Amino acid sequence: MTQQVAERELTMSRAMVEAIKQEMEANEEVFVMGEDIADYGGIFSSTTGLLDEFGRDRVMDVPISETAFIGAAVGAAQAGMRPIAELMFVDFFGVAMDQIYNQMAKNTYMSGGAVSVPMVLMTAVGGTYSDAGQHSQTLYGTFAHLPGMKVVVPSNAYDAKGLMHSAIRDDDPVVFMFHKRLMGLGWMPSPEGPKNTVPEEPYTIPFGQADIKREGADATVVTLGLHVHRACEAARELADEGIETEIIDLRTLVPFDTKTVVDSVRKTGRLIVVDEDYRSFGLTGEVVARVAEHALDDLEEVRRLAIPDVPIPYARPLETALNPSAKQIADAIRDTQ
Amino acid sequence: MYDNMVTARYYEERLQEEYLEGKQPAFDISAGPIPGELHLAAGHEASGAGVCQHLRDDDTVTGPHRPHHIAIAKGVDLKKMTAEIFGRETGLCRGKGGHMHLFDPSVNFACSGIIAQGCPTAVGAAMAAKKRGLDSVAVAFLGEGAIDQGGFFESLNLAQVQQLPVVFVIEDNDWAISMPKDRVTDVKDGSMRAKGHGMPGERVDSNDAIAVYEAAKKAVSRARNGNGPTLLEVQVHRHMGHFMGDAEAYRPDDELERIKKLDPIPRLEQDLLNEGVDQSELDEIRTKAHERVDEAIAWAKEQPEPEPHEALEDVFHNPPEEWVEAANMAAAQEGDD
Repeated sequence: MTQQVAERELTMSRAMVEAIKQEMEANEEVFVMGEDIADYGGIFSSTTGLLDEFGRDRVMDVPISETAFIGAAVGAAQAGMRPIAELMFVDFFGVAMDQIYNQMAKNTYMSGGAVSVPMVLMTAVGGTYSDAGQHSQTLYGTFAHLPGMKVVVPSNAYDAKGLMHSAIRDDDPVVFMFHKRLMGLGWMPSPEGPKNTVPEEPYTIPFGQADIKREGADATVVTLGLHVHRACEAARELADEGIETEIIDLRTLVPFDTKTVVDSVRKTGRLIVVDEDYRSFGLTGEVVARVAEHALDDLEEVRRLAIPDVPIPYARPLETALNPSAKQIADAIRDTQ
Repeated sequence: MYDNMVTARYYEERLQEEYLEGKQPAFDISAGPIPGELHLAAGHEASGAGVCQHLRDDDTVTGPHRPHHIAIAKGVDLKKMTAEIFGRETGLCRGKGGHMHLFDPSVNFACSGIIAQGCPTAVGAAMAAKKRGLDSVAVAFLGEGAIDQGGFFESLNLAQVQQLPVVFVIEDNDWAISMPKDRVTDVKDGSMRAKGHGMPGERVDSNDAIAVYEAAKKAVSRARNGNGPTLLEVQVHRHMGHFMGDAEAYRPDDELERIKKLDPIPRLEQDLLNEGVDQSELDEIRTKAHERVDEAIAWAKEQPEPEPHEALEDVFHNPPEEWVEAANMAAAQEGDD
């Protein structure tokens, strides 16, 4: 039994669902709501099978009214329950941003700590399949920039399960951003990597611990989500040329693991930050700034790869040109040597 | 009106064929000649055609994410629209928008991929017309799922207090992806929502295209004559899934069979024949419509894809200097390659 469990591989979506299911079994106060999450099982399969197991009281389809149901999750959380609300595409955040950043994220602080908001806002991010500017953004930086919410971005099934357990048990609001391309959906092929070994029993991964996916002395690539896999592809190619790349998967943006990043740059001297979010005033700038604050003397070269401040276009050649590729990552690393 | 309806129907059938090419047997959303998602409207034609029949080019229409039948009825350039859907450089939006985000200012048509968010902009177009003393009107199309959105309620209120020339048209197809109307919306008849705002509301079945036409005529003339907004709900029937590739496991087995009997096109044909229109006249309209569609699709497929550097264009109408430099540099680099 134990051996079988250890070898089990899951897609990221199945790993997320398993964590939610186990938390729902363990705690009657956990429930899920969102658009198309019951019968449909979430359009990115983030809630598949939960309706059959828990029924409509705990797995609720809601009206297309993000302000109402995300706000309702805030209210239920403040009443002590542990809601998980799905914002179908992160791009729809604008419809409900007041509930997200003025209520969900601020109520703890503005109540002087008298109120807590133990909820998870899970949401699909990312492009690479021609869904254009209102359905393809990542917006990591937007959510991490506004104070009061923890921001989680898993890159594989093992992390997704552990981080989801942590997210549901956390007493603060957690924004759980999953990349569509990593979910293992039949209709949107994933790269190699996100489907991996996942223990059956519940386990947690603490927030604020980046994962060193690969060790190397020549350059540090800091990234997250889909681009962990693109960076690994680039690193494999460069290893053949004798360049050893260290790859850091941030896993959570709030809290942010400054130490792992800084220690790596102290070793390599070369920092490449890769992000699928917009370039200016965002994640790439933040990472570079932190390294500059803590290890300026060790920093020899810096490169940033991100979406160059352009809404995500529809046509394939346009979207492909903007979204950092494995080749562009490899070129950037070479360029620092 | 018949012309618009048969054009739209055949257009959707042809797009379906084109879309599935290259995406089968294993459905991959990012493969094939038409990228991204595709939401088809077969079964909705009478609402677009019946309403837009009363509109001029200077009247504004905002459409939802299922826009083709409305765009066709509004007179959007069919060739350029098709090129956009195929992600080509000569498309309506130069490949930046795609099928959910079509903009044709020459006939004042726009649509949005975000539910209900076309309502406020339609109100704005009406406001502009009123301020300028013009008699043009604005029409916002939305789905029945969208009437739970704040943007919809707020738009009704603003249009009513300012007595703006707007018609809100709800296309009620009973489904918001997998969510049946009765589970997520508290009114069976969406036009009832007009009551609370003191504006006229009417519900009509699209099976009878002439009834849609008559109801729209009243609403549009009311707006054009300065008598304020109207809320119209058209019961339509969605023959296809929410999007192409949707397995529709949530849809009851017999529903499709039932709604196909409510197809507005054969009924309108019969009505026209009863009025004394000759069968050959209808055949000719249909043949010409099919030719026009085939021609548009053939033309679109011959159009070039945009060059990657074009991704940096159109972010601003009046781009900052540094932006122009970056775009020029990208174009020059491509030239070198």
